[in-house]
Parts: sequence; structure tokens; C-alpha cells
Amino acid sequence: MAEATLSIGDSAARSTASPRRGKRRSPFRWVVLALVIVLILGTLFPFLLALVNAVKSGVDYAQNGPLSIPTALDFSALIKFWNLSDFTRKLINSVTISAAVAVFGVLLSLLNAFAIGIGKVRGSRAILIILLLGIMVPQESIVYPLYYMAKATGLYDSQLSVIIVFAVLQSAFGTYLLSSVLGVFPREIIEAAEIDGATRWQVLWMVVVPVLRPTLMVVGTFFFIWTWNEFLIPLVMLVSNNNQTVSVAMGLTRGQNLSDPTMQAAASLLGIAPTIIFFLIFQRTLTRGVVVGAIK
Amino acid sequence: MAVGYGAAPTQQRGYYLYLIPGALGFIVIVLGPQIANFVLSFTVWKGVGLPRWAGLQNYQRLLQDDQFWGSMIHTLLFIISMTIIPVLIGLVLAALLFDYIREQFGEQISSLLRAGFYLPQILPVTTAGVLWGWILSPIGVANIVLKAIGLGGLAQNWIGDATWALAAVSLVIVWIQVGYCLVVFMAGLSRIDPSLYEAAQLDGAGWWQRLFAITVPMLAPEIFVVVLTTMIAALKVFAPVFVLTAGGPDNATLVPSYLTYYHFFTTQRVGYAAAIAVVQTVITVALAVIFLRFQSRQEAT
Repeated sequence: MAEATLSIGDSAARSTASPRRGKRRSPFRWVVLALVIVLILGTLFPFLLALVNAVKSGVDYAQNGPLSIPTALDFSALIKFWNLSDFTRKLINSVTISAAVAVFGVLLSLLNAFAIGIGKVRGSRAILIILLLGIMVPQESIVYPLYYMAKATGLYDSQLSVIIVFAVLQSAFGTYLLSSVLGVFPREIIEAAEIDGATRWQVLWMVVVPVLRPTLMVVGTFFFIWTWNEFLIPLVMLVSNNNQTVSVAMGLTRGQNLSDPTMQAAASLLGIAPTIIFFLIFQRTLTRGVVVGAIK
Repeated sequence: MAVGYGAAPTQQRGYYLYLIPGALGFIVIVLGPQIANFVLSFTVWKGVGLPRWAGLQNYQRLLQDDQFWGSMIHTLLFIISMTIIPVLIGLVLAALLFDYIREQFGEQISSLLRAGFYLPQILPVTTAGVLWGWILSPIGVANIVLKAIGLGGLAQNWIGDATWALAAVSLVIVWIQVGYCLVVFMAGLSRIDPSLYEAAQLDGAGWWQRLFAITVPMLAPEIFVVVLTTMIAALKVFAPVFVLTAGGPDNATLVPSYLTYYHFFTTQRVGYAAAIAVVQTVITVALAVIFLRFQSRQEAT
């Protein structure tokens, strides 16, 4: 399943090479295109609204409403929200936590998958099913014991607690993915290395990892973005302003009662911006991996 | 593995070492807490001191708790906005983009549109909540647009009015979910042999006929996967409700996850909250088992 879904993006591109010949070019096609364009504009309209109103002055908004183009670019709402929410801090926190989870999550997944996919240890199937069930169940069912443990060990309100929790949760999923990739890893390469006297540890790092690098990057990218978007556990674990992530800060924005509409637009835009940047960088990876991310 | 001498068992044992870090993590972070939560669901506990054993008391109360039943009904209603509507829109859109827009206007336009529909899906849900909270507020864009097109009478306090709040949150969820269905379905469509469509077209089948006769049956595995995964997700809806309505007004948008959170961290009825989480977990596992059985059957074929 995993390899099949990982390669989906490519097969979609390939199968289009030969368009059908002799198709009718009726004026009807413009009607269909117009319909789809109306739908896409409807979908993207909220993004546009956030953009337009985040750079509008409060006076302009009061006079011309949310639908007008700003008379002049005004960044005061953006700056105000940035400072109010200490957005630099939130960005640093989110990047730190997500990056650490990506690295440690991939590492854990790799070790597990090496034992399951290459080592074919007994009980592999049972292990994978337990891992999958473990991440499918709602986080509500583990959040309180985690919260209690974090308090007991002094890790409460530390980014480390969130990093540990998500490195493990994401790796459960990564193990499932990488195991099926490693399950079909060419045996001959490993046997050749073993004949040359490589230890298992050397096989992992000098044979498997170099071949697997692109896949590991994809998995790491997913871990990064999924962790970036996580809400419940960071909300519970990170109470102080200084430790919160962008996602948590956004979730608590409504409680702060931003009465100024341009501030709400600015908050939205700042929440959207990192995602758009990831999207532009990782577009292919993201749409390709959507099926494998389905069970999250 | 190919060579069959006696070293194989020791080799295997060596590999178990690599499972140790992952296993430790999983036991401490997932398995242990899951068991602890299950045990807590049979106790009365305020989060401090020692939990008091209460047998099935929490579960008995649950059966008579209107808030709990309300939240379960809302979950069923969220299946409409999480699963049914996005699947229907996703199917039509995927078929349109795949076998019409792409044919007529080219691959690039089609993938550009797909990316556009997918964008809400990767936004942090809390950000989507802030954005829509602003749009749907009494003085928000939704009402301003309605007034501008002469439908001012329809303007509502969308998320602040118990009559409309659930529908408003559902709208936001549909907006988020369509992209997911679309992308999975389009990936599935690339598997279908184009000659099937050509043959159908030669036989004079119209677009809708082809949709129901070819696309839907061929996409059955994808539809199944999407339906089950989004149903599991519907049971876990938390962030949109937390951000948009906090379960209100008047419990109109209360969902199990929010109720659990509320009892864990606000009323501190930890045992009771744990019981709700257990119910959620049992339903999820039942759905997940169906999903996994299906997956392994797919792999076998």
C-alpha cells in the first residue's frame, strides 16, 4: 500500500501523455470551466479576504468594508498582532518543536522499520497493527495521563515534553510506512555488504540509509507539518506564553477578543503564511502523501 | 534469509535490539497512558490525591448525561460535513478535473485547480478557525456580502446563535475536507484505463453516465478508505469547535472530544472524562479494525 500510494503523483503525470484524439471542442467546455472556477474562487476567497484586510487600515475598513481593495498598504494591524502575540517567539517554538519531532521521529521509525522490514522479526504484523491502532485512537484517551506524567517528571510546560510525545506518535506512523518500503529492499545489496564483513549497524547506516534518503526526507516533511498543525496536546502541555506554538496561539486568539476586524484578518494571515510557504516548497510531496496520511 | 543455516535465529534476535527505543517510547507515551486512562474511567478523581474506585458509576452517569448524548448526535451530524458532502463534491470535482478539464484545458490547469482545492486541508485547523470566526461573526464578511447582494434578511449571528452554529461549523469543515477527498480520488482515477472511457464514449454514454458506470465503481477502494478515515476523524473533531464556538452556544456544537477536554481540565472530573474518552476509543478501534482488514485484503490482491 505504502509504495503504491507514494508513487501516485508520478503515475498521474505519466498516464496523461496521450490525450484522446478526435474529441469535440464544444462551447460547453467553457461553461464547465467557469463552474469549476467559481468553486475554486469560493474555496480561495477566505484566503484572499485575509490578505486584503490584513493590509488595510482600520479607518479604511470602517469606511469601505472588507470587500474593497485597500486604498493604501497599511501594515499596522500585522505589526500590532505580531507584537501582541510575540509571533517571533511562536514561530521559533513551532520550528524547534516540529524540526526536532521530524528528526527524532524519523530516527525512531527507521530503527523500527529496519527490524521489521529488513530483519523480518517475528510478530511484525502484530507490531504494526498495534502501532496503527495506537495512533488512530483519539488523543483525548492519552492526554490526561501524559499531562500527569509531565507534571510528575517536571517536564510540564516544556517543549521537550511535546517533542517526546510527537516523536513517538509520528514514528508509529513512520514505522508502518518505512517497514513496507524496507520490506521490498533488495536483499542482494545487504548480503553483499554482510559478506564484506559489515555489521548490522553498518548495513543500516552505510547501505540502507543512503538508498532510503529521499523517502526519509518525505516522511520527515510530513512529521514537520503534522506537528506544526497539532493542537490538543500542545494546548494542554504548553501553558506559558513563551512556550506556545503558532497553532496554539491561533487557537487562543479568539479568547483574546480581538475586536478590531483588521487584527483578526492579520492574525489569520500570519497563521496562513507559514503554511503557504511550506505548500509552495513541498507541493508535490504533500499531495503525493495524502493517501498515506489518511489514517492520521 | 536466503541462506538457510542455523544462524538465522540469532540474526533475528539481533534485530530485536533495534526495536527497543521505539518500543520503550510507545509503551511510555501510548500504551501506558491508554491503560491508565481505561483504569481511571472506573474511578472518581479530581486529579489530586488518590483516585477512588467507583466501578461502573461513570458509565452509568454517561448513559443519562444529555450533554454526552447531544455530543454523540453532533458527531453523527458531523459525519455529514466530514464525510458525505466532501465525498460527493470530491467525486464530481475529481471526475470533472480528471476527465474533462484536463482533456480540454491541459494537465497544468487541472493540477493547479487541484492544488487550490487542497490548500484549506493543510492549514492549521486553528488558523482556519480564526479566519472563519472573523468571516462568520455578526459584523463579519458573510453578513456584509448577504446585505450587498440584497439578502440582508438572511444575515445571522452564524456562530453565536444556537440554531445556526452547528451548520456554520459544518460549513467550515466541508471547506477543509473537500481537498482531501479530491486528491485521493484523483490519485485513484489515474489507475483507471482510459480506454474504458473511450469505449463508453463511443457507445454514446454521457458524462454523468460515465461517472456512475465507470468512475464510482472503479474508485470503490478509495471511496471506502476516505469514508472510513473521515468517519474516524469526525469522531475526533476538536480544534474547529474549540476555536469557533467552544461547544456553545447552549451546547449546540458540543462534541465528545470537547466534552472530554472540558471535564479533564475545567471541571476536573477526571474519571468521568476518561470514561467518555474510552467510549470514543472503542468506537474508533471498531472502525479502525474494519479499515485494517480491508487494507490487508487490498494488499493480498
